Amino acid sequence: MEPLASFFQKFRILLHRERFTQELDEEMAFHREQVEEKLRVEGMNSEDAHHAALRRVGNTTQLREQTHDIVGFAFESVLQDLRYALRQLCKNPIYTATVVLILALGIGATTAIFSAVNPVLFKTLPYPEARRIMMLWERQENGAPLFVTFATFRGAEERSRSFDAFAVMKPWQPTMIGHTQPERFEGQRVSANYFRVLGIRPALGRDFEPADDLHKGPRVVLLSDSLWRRRFAGDASIIGQQITLDGDLHTVIGVMPASFENVLAAAAQLWAPLQYDPSLPPDSREWGHHLRMIGRLHEGFSKLQARSELDMILRTWGQLHVRGYDESGGPPAGVLVGQLQDDLTRDVKPALLAVLGAVGLVLLIACVNVTNLLLARGAQRSNEFALRAALGASHARLTRQLLTESLLLAVIGGAIGLLVARLGVRAVVALVPAGLPRASAMSVDGSVFAFALAATVIVGTLVGLVPALQSNRGDLNLALHQFSRVAGGGHHGMRRTLVVAEVALALILLVSAGLLLRSLQRLFSLDPGFDTSHLLTMQVQESGHHYDSDANRLLFFKNALDAVRAVPGVISADFTSQLPLSGDYEVYGVQFEDQGATKEAGFRYAVTPGYVQTMRIPLRGGRVLNDRDTTGMPTAVLISESFANRMFPGQDAIGRRVRLGPDAGHEDKPWVTIVGVVGDVKQQSLALAAEDGFYIPTTQWPWADDVLSLVVRTKGDAASLAPSIRTAIWSVDKEQPIVRIATMESLLNVSEAQRRFTLILLASFALVGLVLAATGIYGVLSGGVAERTREIGIRAALGASRRAILGLILGQGMKLAVLGVVIGLIGAILASRALVSLLFGISRLDPLTYFAVIGLLLGVAAFACWLPASRAARVDPAITLRAE
Amino acid sequence: MGNKPDFMPGTLDLLILKTLARAPLHGYGIALAIKRLSDDVLTVEEGSLYPALQRLLLRGWVKAEWKTTETNRRARYYTLTAAGHKQLGIELSQYEQIIAAIGRVLQNA
Repeated sequence: MEPLASFFQKFRILLHRERFTQELDEEMAFHREQVEEKLRVEGMNSEDAHHAALRRVGNTTQLREQTHDIVGFAFESVLQDLRYALRQLCKNPIYTATVVLILALGIGATTAIFSAVNPVLFKTLPYPEARRIMMLWERQENGAPLFVTFATFRGAEERSRSFDAFAVMKPWQPTMIGHTQPERFEGQRVSANYFRVLGIRPALGRDFEPADDLHKGPRVVLLSDSLWRRRFAGDASIIGQQITLDGDLHTVIGVMPASFENVLAAAAQLWAPLQYDPSLPPDSREWGHHLRMIGRLHEGFSKLQARSELDMILRTWGQLHVRGYDESGGPPAGVLVGQLQDDLTRDVKPALLAVLGAVGLVLLIACVNVTNLLLARGAQRSNEFALRAALGASHARLTRQLLTESLLLAVIGGAIGLLVARLGVRAVVALVPAGLPRASAMSVDGSVFAFALAATVIVGTLVGLVPALQSNRGDLNLALHQFSRVAGGGHHGMRRTLVVAEVALALILLVSAGLLLRSLQRLFSLDPGFDTSHLLTMQVQESGHHYDSDANRLLFFKNALDAVRAVPGVISADFTSQLPLSGDYEVYGVQFEDQGATKEAGFRYAVTPGYVQTMRIPLRGGRVLNDRDTTGMPTAVLISESFANRMFPGQDAIGRRVRLGPDAGHEDKPWVTIVGVVGDVKQQSLALAAEDGFYIPTTQWPWADDVLSLVVRTKGDAASLAPSIRTAIWSVDKEQPIVRIATMESLLNVSEAQRRFTLILLASFALVGLVLAATGIYGVLSGGVAERTREIGIRAALGASRRAILGLILGQGMKLAVLGVVIGLIGAILASRALVSLLFGISRLDPLTYFAVIGLLLGVAAFACWLPASRAARVDPAITLRAE
Repeated sequence: MGNKPDFMPGTLDLLILKTLARAPLHGYGIALAIKRLSDDVLTVEEGSLYPALQRLLLRGWVKAEWKTTETNRRARYYTLTAAGHKQLGIELSQYEQIIAAIGRVLQNA
């Protein structure tokens, strides 16, 4: 119990510190008197005795402090350091604010980016034993992945031993008719084991059972927690009740937990069983490549084992179902198996790593800058430290004091940085490209906070150590004597090195941002194949049994089109089955006459006849579609220019005949005629080369689509017409959902969202880096000029011209900048490797970018040098010399 | 600035405890007693004595109370506690072991 007792004793003393000191003083006084008395008794006169006693007993203050060290707590001296540090910081508000701001930006930006990247790249998915969840693709002969067919899923499910369970899924967008407007939900149709593969159970009600996932089985549905709360007020009695989706009654069987994060379709609010036909009739949707497939690997199996097992299974499975697989282009060569997490993040990884690297550079620059500031300040305070050392402060104590000051700065900076991070994460989430998985999981969380804290502490310690080491180095006596006249040369060399580092780091950032900027420029200067200005787009859907018949479907779209064309400000309007640059991707087979059995494929555009004109896609030959190309008339087809050139090099494609889509390859189906050739259109993104496509009237395609995209060419601002166009469509049928309303220009931007996202972040980081580097150069030079005023004065007195002095200072600064540029160039060339997959149309060594960045950086550096240099040139020798 | 040790490290505590074992004393009295008992060989500096006393107080080996001296002055008197007696025994035996060990080294080396 001894330590505890002494702790209480210490505590008591702490509470009665004044009494303690007073008693100690009294004790000492008593001691002194006794000594004095004794000396007097021994024959000394009273005055001498008094002084002798004082000397004997010694330095009372020191004694008192020694005693305090024994009875005081360790934290008391820390508090003292803190108080002193705070006083120091408050005395120099501008310095403090600068350091805190730089730290806050550095730490804040790092934390924000780390928060954004962490869930995507580093955290495991929020499922039990998520490492065992695999994503599966069918493998083509050339090794490329392909969506999975239901038939392949059936084969794997029936025969595989290496997986606990499989599931397939596809998007589902049911419409619920609300009180006012029809609402369309994002949802998924999934096979029965979907949630079991993920390892998540409904919070309420039950999961799908095999009995739910039968062909023409019961209409049941699972709700997400947010939908349940929003539309059904979180009422638990919803289980067993029926809701109307797409005109059919569905029974709610369960609600997923609020914590459930559906990484495979983040926006999904509803789930219904897939209900495909397990008897796999040939020539049916069971053979279409349109499903995504996941599986939970059996404990102890590797994905390589799984892959070879499935490859083997599919070989025999393919032989069993030759006819069915023939419908979908032959049996797969095998499967591709990869962890779900890797699969989801593969596309975004390069961008995120680039951004992460960039923010690391920003943090480095911030650290360098703060170190620079602390060094400059350390130089200013060298007298103070010399004085304190002379008064008996130990080396360790001074180091601790400096560390306390910089840690305090780092902690304040870190705290504000955390605020910056919160705002930053929000900004990043707002900027995030739509395809980025797990965006909903981005928030400043515990581990990120820990990261920020670690960053803060490490930065604080490192930054604090440098001036501490420097101020403790060398002879304190010398520093005291020399006072402030000449600051030691050591810290100058250090600060120069730091400036070089800053310039180099800034150059790397600028080059990276520059390369991305040029890539985007290249991309956006590409012709998408149609006129993107003043073009409004939206998706119109048909929902409900009224539209089960093709005739009703076509009629609704025709009436809707008439209504839209009557809206003032509309130049023209048309429908298409897929919209360029919107993420739509729909490819159908094309069989050319006289080409044997070989089947080509192309993007299918089932369009209303004016579509090509509304989009302003140029006509290269033949004619465009018109209103006479309709039901009962000979089918008219347009094909894209590159398609025509590839199939009929040097010949005319007009008049050639093809079989399209489901008819391709079927000898009993009629040939249809190509009547025109139109320009290529970028369907997926500007970066992907134009691909083959064909256009056919909606009325002449084998079936009537129930989802079409409306394109409207407007006179003025496209976006402002959206409400009146929507009203016009609803005047035809107010129960039809209209979604994805966007101008073509915004779609164009979104289609390059990932590059933009990276560019915006890199560019802002580069800007911060540039500003910090410029302040760094300025700081070092102006500090140097201030310290060398006397030398400059002497030079001036000895006849140096203003220009010579200007050149001297400028030259010194520029030497650092050039050195930084050279080192930075090497770094940038290395760093640009990481960017390669994000670049487009330029080399990673694009000379224009490098020259522009070097020019910019040197220009900024020159400006930063010029300010102190011109001040030096104005130095009046008389004044400086007199000041000595 | 450092205080050069007057004693072998750790022996100051032992001497204080031993002195107090005979009778309660004030700080000056302890210094005087050590000096006198050692025939003026050992001098305890105030700068070591009072911090040492605080250390012993903290550990609960001695306790302090203000009393009046024979000359009618207020002084802080230190008394050995039961724990202090025990500690004295421990320190004495440790001290003897070390002295014996040093003796052996000096004789045999």
